[in-house]
Amino acid sequence: MAFYLNSNILPAPARVASVFWQSCLSGQLPYHLGVTLLRLVISFSIAMLLGCGLGIVLGRNKKLDAFFDNWLVIFLNVPALVTIILCYVWFGLVESAAIMAVVINKLPNVIVTIREGTRTLDQDLLDMARCYHLSKRKTLVHVIWPQLHPFVMAATRSGLALIWKIILVVELLGRSNGMGYQLHLFFQLFDVAGIMAYTIAFVAVIQLIELAILKPLDRQSRRWRR
Amino acid sequence: MTHIQININSKIYPAVQKAGQHLAIADLKLTLHSNEFICLVGPSGCGKTTLLNIIADLDPDYEGEIIVGRQHAHPKIGYIFQNPRLLPWRTVRENIELVLESKQRADIIDPLLETMQLTQSQHVYPERLSVGMSRRVSIIRAFAVDPEVLLMDEPFVSLDAPTARQVRELLLKLWQQRPHTVLFVTHDLREAIALADRIVFLSAAPMHVISEITVPIPRNDRDNEAALESFRQQLLQNYPDIKKLL
Repeated sequence: MAFYLNSNILPAPARVASVFWQSCLSGQLPYHLGVTLLRLVISFSIAMLLGCGLGIVLGRNKKLDAFFDNWLVIFLNVPALVTIILCYVWFGLVESAAIMAVVINKLPNVIVTIREGTRTLDQDLLDMARCYHLSKRKTLVHVIWPQLHPFVMAATRSGLALIWKIILVVELLGRSNGMGYQLHLFFQLFDVAGIMAYTIAFVAVIQLIELAILKPLDRQSRRWRR
Repeated sequence: MTHIQININSKIYPAVQKAGQHLAIADLKLTLHSNEFICLVGPSGCGKTTLLNIIADLDPDYEGEIIVGRQHAHPKIGYIFQNPRLLPWRTVRENIELVLESKQRADIIDPLLETMQLTQSQHVYPERLSVGMSRRVSIIRAFAVDPEVLLMDEPFVSLDAPTARQVRELLLKLWQQRPHTVLFVTHDLREAIALADRIVFLSAAPMHVISEITVPIPRNDRDNEAALESFRQQLLQNYPDIKKLL
């Protein structure tokens, strides 16, 4: 239909491809995609590291869990837009505020997933580790972490999807580069071909992350299964 | 050589909801002599696993003391659980390596694998092992740490008779090569007679020692079924109370 209509609102695939190609050649698309990816990597890493650590602690400590449980529910349900605006208002339109806004939005999600995983840890295996006097590091790396792997992968996949969406809003509201900023620009110019070209790049990157990183990680962690 | 003295005054499980508190162990005194193979025989649910968990320091909530030599301490243990508790994401060899320090792993593991006939399967993941093989791996893991006490909680309970017999023979072979103090929990009096230097009979909860009997059958005659059965009959005749415990 787009092929026949070929209007500005519904551009033909060839036109989208042409815009995509031009943006790549001019370096605009790689630059903005790169900036967004960098923000994604930083905020995702911080959220996952903190979230896994806190999730394990809360999953293993009933008192701390009872204390933070309500706060977690609150942070899980605060609209992303609120935290983004508050971060920008309180800390200024700076990079660290943008990253912090993304982390705050993602963190409760990781904590809850890992906490649930920690609650299901096999006590028999933990007892085995204890009576053989395995060090805390050995127990974490070889006994606890492999059991948490499915939960970490779930947090990773849902987290990436969530962070992509939040980063674009963060960029749209307070940054002068990145995919979100560019999409906002295209929106103001009613440039649907531009929006679609950037979306194609976005989908390609997601597929690349899935195929090059997540799938091999999955295979590696399931190698022992029949 | 170190003697281990176990004195447990009481072990109480606190009340949970409608179930009242439960006195599991009361005034239990047990001395383990060095390199002695002791079988604990008692009725189901009497608290044998609780006792092993206390010795293994998995359950610190009890009143009493454990003395190793002259020191109040928990002995270094190797625990062979009812379920082998192998990490499914680590191969046989990796499971054993995990409980050892990095140095001298091969020196320790290779001969153990050979004695337990698992050299060929050392790089296999536990899911691909038979039940009997998994038990053998858990036996190797327990011997590998060179423990002061080996705790065995009905390790052959879910094996079919021929497999149980095979694993039992391998265990005895290993134990004779590397003598250790063993506490072996079982329901099976025949198994206890085949394995033990001394059999300790335990009461129903609250658990305490009812009687201790030394098995006089020489080690090289332990595969003689007739000798084992005759001693069993003799035991049941001399100690009619034992029947209630089995």
